[in-house]
Amino acid sequence: MSLTETPMLKGQALPERPAIQRFFGSVPVSVTIYLAVIGLIAWGSYTGAQNIGYNWQWYRIPQYLYSFTDDGFQPGELLIGLGATLQLSITAFVLASVLGLLVALLRLSGLVIGSAVAVGFLEFIRNIPLLVLLYLFYYVLGPIFGLDRYAASILTLAVFHSALISEILRAGINAVAQGQWEAAKSIGMTTSQTYRYIILPQSVRFMLPPMTGEVVHLIKSSAIVSVIAVAELTTFGRNIISDTYMSFEIWFTVAMVYMVVTLILSVGVSYLERRYDVDQ
Amino acid sequence: MTQTAPIIEATNLDKFYGDFHALKDVNLTVHQGQKMVICGPSGSGKSTLIRCFNGLEWHNSGKLVIDGIEVHEHAKEIRELRQEVGMVFQQFNLFPHLTVLENLTIGPMKVRRIGQQEAEETARKYLDRVHIPEQANKYPSQLSGGQQQRVAIARSLCMETRIMLFDEPTSALDPEMINEVLDVMVELANTGMTMVVVTHEMGFARKVADTMVFMEDGRIVETSPPDQFFTNPSSERCRIFLDQILEH
Repeated sequence: MSLTETPMLKGQALPERPAIQRFFGSVPVSVTIYLAVIGLIAWGSYTGAQNIGYNWQWYRIPQYLYSFTDDGFQPGELLIGLGATLQLSITAFVLASVLGLLVALLRLSGLVIGSAVAVGFLEFIRNIPLLVLLYLFYYVLGPIFGLDRYAASILTLAVFHSALISEILRAGINAVAQGQWEAAKSIGMTTSQTYRYIILPQSVRFMLPPMTGEVVHLIKSSAIVSVIAVAELTTFGRNIISDTYMSFEIWFTVAMVYMVVTLILSVGVSYLERRYDVDQ
Repeated sequence: MTQTAPIIEATNLDKFYGDFHALKDVNLTVHQGQKMVICGPSGSGKSTLIRCFNGLEWHNSGKLVIDGIEVHEHAKEIRELRQEVGMVFQQFNLFPHLTVLENLTIGPMKVRRIGQQEAEETARKYLDRVHIPEQANKYPSQLSGGQQQRVAIARSLCMETRIMLFDEPTSALDPEMINEVLDVMVELANTGMTMVVVTHEMGFARKVADTMVFMEDGRIVETSPPDQFFTNPSSERCRIFLDQILEH
């Protein structure tokens, strides 16, 4: 019997989803529910604020973001603060990556002392709160090594995140097939050549998603340095509030600014990921 | 066969993985230009043995001298040795993030410190020899398994190796691609390259091998020329093995 003569089996229709699931799963209903929840929260905050006699002054907010003068566009305090936050985060991230790679390589070195040092570092950093680490750097190591508040902040963020980054790097390195090591060795490459030309370029693909998460995490946790009054977004927000008492509007705005930056970052990287996949 | 200088000399090799005794008192000599085919049931130590020949595994006791260099875990010359001894893997192990041409040039350029232009000329010469000059700018994932394995052979050849080791080079291939790889290996054998091949392709062995080795349970059970090996093996176990794989 040839294939074409095979009688087609008449499939039984799959049972439909229950009506209630179909109702809640439909797009208009989902959107309505979503808007209702958002509206409820907004209404709740608004009436709550009314009840305590809060005086909303949203119209005063834009000047803290930007203004136009005769000289053209002028960034407001919040944007300047954002610039400082980004500078702080980028510097800390670069340092954290270098330190993280070092720790990851120590851990993978196969030397007993190497992995002992790496594990000790990891456990020490991971098991103390970021805030306490910041106090350690600023109030203890600061006076000893002459670190100003800016240097102490960068080092705190770099050291804290290097521990997390080293684990991401280690996982990415381990995700590259063992055969790649063997192939590189069999053509006579040294360990460092193998890392540089073979292993690390391939592990980027595995590291990109968690590394993005880590950058987002770092930008957010950089807000903590406002407790030692380093000039950055959160500190600027706090300063404006102490001048104007517009705490509701400013904190909402500061939150939005953080969100916009981290969302742009996530979208950008997911685009990058797709490109990397094509190249493979 | 006229005897040439020995290039691989293994004396009383023993190898353990934990409690598992992978190589048991292995003695083997490979002469320059020799084509040796090693076969045997899986787990018999064939792969382990040839992986010792370029330092991907280390023997625990015994003596292994390759090309005048005594091989052991702490030998400084191990990288020089690996440049002389090429290895072709069952799973190809091409570098997926590099093009075919880059796969072939990265070793010569980074390890042998040869200029890019010269490295590319050599690479194209060997791509020609494995009959895929037109694939130079593709990525490995865009090639068929047979083509990938031929690139892997070319990658080893680009290091101007003097010995080629093949670890079941056709076992991961679809049947219709096995011959294109074997053909390249036969041609390579005809150039006088010293080859040690772990394979179950007995047609290839008959055509190319001048020495057959049968391993079982970590031991070399039989070493003989192919005529004798296929017609009148001296050990009973080898006869049974051959019957099993030559049945059809």
